[in-house]
Amino acid sequence: MSADTGDPVISARGLTKVFGKNRAVDHVDLDIPAAHIYGFLGPNGSGKSTTLRMLCGLLRPTSGEVTVLGHSVPRDAERLRMKIGYMTQRFSLWEDLTVVENLDFMSRIFGLDAERRRTRIDALLRQYRLTEMANQRAGTLSGGQKQRLALAAAILHEPELLLLDEPTSAVDPQNRRDFWESLFDLAAAGTTILVSTHYMDEAERCHGVAILDRGRLVAEGSPRSLMDSIGATVVEIEAPEPRAARHALDDQAVVKSVAQLGTRLHALLDPSVPDAVARVQELLRAKNIDARVEIVRASLEDVFVAATGFNVDRTAAA
Amino acid sequence: MRFTAIALKEVRQLRRDRLTFGMIIGIPLMQMLLFGYAINFDVRGLSAGILDEANTSASRALVADLQATGVLHITEHVRSSAELSREIRAGRISIGVHIPPDFERRRLQTDRAAAQIIVDGSEPSLENLARGLMTMPLPARAGVYAPDARLFEVRTEFNPEKRTAVQIVPALIGVILSMTMMLFTAVAIVRERERGNLELLITTPVSSFELMLGKLIPYIFIGLIQTTLVLGLGAILFDVPIQGSLATLYLAALIFIAATLALGLLISTLAQTQMQAFQMSIVVLLPSILLSGFVFPFEGMPRVVQYLAQALPLTHFVDLIRGVALRGAGLAELKVPLVKLLVFTAVIIAAVTLRFRKRLD
Repeated sequence: MSADTGDPVISARGLTKVFGKNRAVDHVDLDIPAAHIYGFLGPNGSGKSTTLRMLCGLLRPTSGEVTVLGHSVPRDAERLRMKIGYMTQRFSLWEDLTVVENLDFMSRIFGLDAERRRTRIDALLRQYRLTEMANQRAGTLSGGQKQRLALAAAILHEPELLLLDEPTSAVDPQNRRDFWESLFDLAAAGTTILVSTHYMDEAERCHGVAILDRGRLVAEGSPRSLMDSIGATVVEIEAPEPRAARHALDDQAVVKSVAQLGTRLHALLDPSVPDAVARVQELLRAKNIDARVEIVRASLEDVFVAATGFNVDRTAAA
Repeated sequence: MRFTAIALKEVRQLRRDRLTFGMIIGIPLMQMLLFGYAINFDVRGLSAGILDEANTSASRALVADLQATGVLHITEHVRSSAELSREIRAGRISIGVHIPPDFERRRLQTDRAAAQIIVDGSEPSLENLARGLMTMPLPARAGVYAPDARLFEVRTEFNPEKRTAVQIVPALIGVILSMTMMLFTAVAIVRERERGNLELLITTPVSSFELMLGKLIPYIFIGLIQTTLVLGLGAILFDVPIQGSLATLYLAALIFIAATLALGLLISTLAQTQMQAFQMSIVVLLPSILLSGFVFPFEGMPRVVQYLAQALPLTHFVDLIRGVALRGAGLAELKVPLVKLLVFTAVIIAAVTLRFRKRLD
C-alpha cells in the first residue's frame, strides 16, 4: 500500500448538504491520502453521490470546508477540472458517436494537442480492449465495453484524482474484476481514486472505506481495521432450519441483528455479553433448536450492518 | 479551441440524426409551398354569392368585373339577403356581394357605399381579404362609376395578388428560421441534460461560453443554407424580387439567426425536459408569427402589443428583410432595426452564459 506522504489529496470538514428538509450529507469529515483507492460504501440514498458531487464542485455544500488537490471547492472548482476525471453513475458519453469520436471529443475538451490525442487514444483503446469496436457507435456497446470506454474517457488527460460514482452497477462479475484490476494499475501509477459502491466485495478491495448511512459518516478506516474494531461480537450459527433459528433470535435485546448467509446465520451481539456462544445456544435451546454456534471474525458486511443496521432496526421497531 | 470541439461534435451528431437533417431542408420547403401557395389561392378563386337587386347594366358590369379579377369565383346567384346569409353560414360561399336596388343612386353619392360585401366573420383572414377587395382595381369606364364614389375607388398601380406573395415570402425566411433555429437549440442543452451528457461535460474544463458558442456555430451555417433555399425558391416559384444588396440581406439574416439561436439556448437552460423546451418555444413562436407584422400590419396593433413585439427578434427581422428585399434599402437606412437586433442578441447570449452554471444545483 502506498505510504501516506504529505497532505491529503482531499480533505473535508463538516461537509453538509441539505435538499429542502432532507439532510443528504450531514457533517462529514474526510482525509484521503494520495494514490489510495478510497471507497464510499452505503445503501442508496446514503449520500454517496451527493458527497462525490460536492467534492468535484458539481454541487455547492450547504456548509463545510472542502479542499481538493490544494484548491478550495467550490470556489476554485474550475482550476481543478484539468486535474480530475469523473465517471458518472449512468453512461454519459454520446451514444450516437463512435468510440473513437467520443475519445477524440473528450481529449479536445481537455485541450490535448494532436500528437498527444493520437497517442493517448491509441494507448487507451488497446489497454481497455476497445480497438476492435473503435468505429462502432457507443450506444451499441455492451455494459462492460461502455464502462471501459467511460473509464478511458475519464483518464485521457491523466488526472491526479479520479472520481467514480458507482462505476460497476451495470456490469457482470468478470468485467467488475477486470475493472478493479485497471483501478489498481492507476493507483499504482499514483492516481488517487474515489469510488462509491454498494458492493461489499468492492469495498473490501479499497485501501480505505467510509461507510455512509443517511448522510452521516458512521465508520471509516481500512477494511481490515474496520473488521477488527467492529463494535459487536459476531457469532456464526449453523442450524438445520435457519429460518426457525432466526426467529428464535429476533426481538432478543442482546442480539443486535441477524443476517442469513445461505444455511448459516450471522448474529451480531452486544460486546458486553460475557459468553456470547453460550448465550446464543441458550436462546436457541429455549425454542428446541440444536445448532452449532461459534465466534467468527467479522466480515465487512458485518461491519456495515453494525454501523448502519442497528439504526435501521431501531427505527423500524419505533 | 474547445468550442470547435463542441461544434465538431454537434455536426457529427447532426449528420447521424436523419430526421433533424431532413427537417433542415424539409421545413423551409414545406412552409414555402404551404404559405406561398395557400396565400395566393386565398386571394384567387374565393367562392362568392351575388345578390343583385339592382339588375342594371352598371350592376351587371360590376359583377363581371369582380369575376374578371379572379379574386372571386362567383358560384351562386341568390334572391334575398336572407338566402345570402344562409349560404355563408352553410359554408358554401365565403363572400357575399349585395348590390342594393338603389345601386344606381348610391354609386353617384360620395357619402354612402354603393354595395356591400358580406364576410364570414368567424374567419379573420377573410375579413382582411374583403378589405383588399374594397380597394380592388376596377377599370374605370366612362359613365359607369362616379370618379370619387366610395368602395370602388380605382387605383390601377396596385396589384393585390402579387402584393401578398411578395410581402409574405421574404418575411417567411424569418418565420422559418425562427421555427427551425429555435427548436434545434431549445432542445440542444436539455437533450444532453436528459441523457446525462451534461453531468459529464460540466466536470470538464469547458466553459459555459465555449459550450454555447460551439453549439451555435453549426446552426448558423444551417440557417444561412435555409435562407438561401427560401430566397431561391421565392425567386423561382413566386417571382419575389430582391431590390437591395444580397450582402445586406445575408448580414441581416446572420444577425437574426444568432438572435434566434441564442433565444433557443436560453429556453434550453430554463427547461428541464425536451417537452418543456418545445412548449416554451411555441410560447415564443406564436406571438412572433402573429405580432411581428408577418401576417397583420404592425401599425394596426395596440400600443402595448407593439412594445411587446419589440422584444421579439422576428419583428425587427421582418422590418429588415422587407426593407432590403422590397424597398431596396441599404445599411444606413436599416441601422435602427439592425442595432436593435444586435442588442437583443448580445443581451440573450449574456443571459444564457450567466444562466448556465456548471453545477447541478
